[in-house]
Amino acid sequence: MAIKSTAQSKLIYTILAWTISGMIFFPIFWTFLTSFKTEAEAIASNPSLFAFDWTLQNYSDVLSRSPYFMHFWNSVVISIGSSLIGLLIAIPAAWSMAFVQTQRTKNVLMWMLSTKMLPPVGVLIPIYLLYRDFALLDTKLGLVIIMTMINLPIMVWMLYTYFREIPNEILEASRMDGATIGEEIFHVLLPIALPGIASTLLLNVILSWNEAFWTLILTAANAAPLTAFIASYSSPEGLFYAKLSAASAMAIVPILILGWFSQKQLVRGLSFGAVK
Amino acid sequence: MGSITLKKVTKNFDKVNVIKPLDLEIKDGEFIVFVGPSGCGKSTLLRMIAGLEDTTSGTIEIDAKDATDTPPAKRGLAMVFQSYALYPHMSVKNNIAFPLKRAKVPEQEIENKIAQAAKILNLTEYLDRKPGQLSGGQRQRVAIGRAIVRQPSAFLFDEPLSNLDASLRVNMRLEISELHKSLKTTMIYVTHDQVEAMTMADRIAVFNGGIIEQVGTPLELYKNPVNKFVAGFIGSPKMNFIAVDEKDNFNADSIGIRPEHFILSREQGTWAGKVGVVEHLGSETFLHIELNDGTTVTVKADGDCEFDYDDEVFLTANESKIHRFNKDGTSIM
Repeated sequence: MAIKSTAQSKLIYTILAWTISGMIFFPIFWTFLTSFKTEAEAIASNPSLFAFDWTLQNYSDVLSRSPYFMHFWNSVVISIGSSLIGLLIAIPAAWSMAFVQTQRTKNVLMWMLSTKMLPPVGVLIPIYLLYRDFALLDTKLGLVIIMTMINLPIMVWMLYTYFREIPNEILEASRMDGATIGEEIFHVLLPIALPGIASTLLLNVILSWNEAFWTLILTAANAAPLTAFIASYSSPEGLFYAKLSAASAMAIVPILILGWFSQKQLVRGLSFGAVK
Repeated sequence: MGSITLKKVTKNFDKVNVIKPLDLEIKDGEFIVFVGPSGCGKSTLLRMIAGLEDTTSGTIEIDAKDATDTPPAKRGLAMVFQSYALYPHMSVKNNIAFPLKRAKVPEQEIENKIAQAAKILNLTEYLDRKPGQLSGGQRQRVAIGRAIVRQPSAFLFDEPLSNLDASLRVNMRLEISELHKSLKTTMIYVTHDQVEAMTMADRIAVFNGGIIEQVGTPLELYKNPVNKFVAGFIGSPKMNFIAVDEKDNFNADSIGIRPEHFILSREQGTWAGKVGVVEHLGSETFLHIELNDGTTVTVKADGDCEFDYDDEVFLTANESKIHRFNKDGTSIM
């Protein structure tokens, strides 16, 4: 009886998991399909799933109309640049919060996290004006700075969680062995926390790659990453679903590939510390 | 050189005072053991000597120089932790080489020192392994190896054998003692196990509630404990305490008799009682006896002792071995 119910519940859970995964994945799948349709088929009131004339026209149109590789390069610079600079700041911050705790450490951590709860639009005007005055509008540097700032709380929190799992005695041993703080972090802490650091880096690359609010507001042409490139297909001549889909597919693919190859690392990093 | 002097050292955690003003002189080459129950401050004091904890007040002198505010790396001490604290991502060789590389020792000299330490500690064939591939005893040897190569002025051991099983613990105890005999370097060893303290120490400092109750050689503490706490803590099984009054003619509030200092009889003796649980260990027998006044005492007898559960028994104490205590617990010498 027990075996039967276990097998039954396993089947139900499997079906449920596949259904939910399918629902989550379907829009992306639909975007890919649409990118191979003509504009007419893309907006057909009775669209077919596979039975349409497959075409690569949208991709060639998009590539000829917009400088895809410039946007791609901007996305690479902004996401990787901001994640690396973020790590440089987050590692010492998380180290001090994990290993040199004071009574206010928890409050500082909560305060940092609370900044992520603030709607970005709340600081839109001051940031826009600051960027204008410092000539950071539509520059890659400007976007690297804003991405670093908005993702820093998450980076510090993630690293703090990983660092807390490392026994303090190992760091104390390195201090007794004559290591300076820099050597302690570089030779002992970082190699041990490498899975956590790698997943923090990957997650922040993905978050920065996908960020669309600030990238749309603070860029025009020169520093616009792929998110702005996609958005450019929804205006001003009207909606071109097929081309928009082709542009979206081209923006998603690089990060999808990165995510696919690093999924083991990501899952390992994200579940680090979940089970002792 | 490796003399360490503590002068009026105290430690507070927030508002909690864990070490009360404390003086202690540790001589060069001495093996001193800090022993006491959990939470008595012995590990905290060791960490203060190491520099891993700040000193609230007082001074710590190492080789006659004030080292109270010197960072751990500059104190010239090496520490072996309870959890071994090996670097899990480095091979045994690199673990041992780590302090030497930090001290910028030439490559060739590092190789020589590692080879020498590995030979002393039987680690030669494990040098390329990671700590995760070693047994508990081997890991502890690596931790000791890492400490030896620095040639520190003193070794600090923080309950280094607690994570090992009983038989390995006995072996490692011997190895550490032999190491001390061959290196002749000062060693400060923290443990809550009084057997470790008695077998290894040149001198023992007995801690209780943030103070040192008594410092002395193992036999001094065994024979002449200054109070009931030390008397009860040193010796295994622990000393029996029996309340006495004026008519008993002991001139004390209570007396203490070690389990090995009772004489058992079926006919007569100072105290009468009934035998409870009898533990036969082969070489010796432990009898738990309930005296007529309700006090339970433990008696150590020969291995072939013939008393059994529920037998009537009379106990007499070896007069010269009776410890007498005042009402406040201090010994009457």
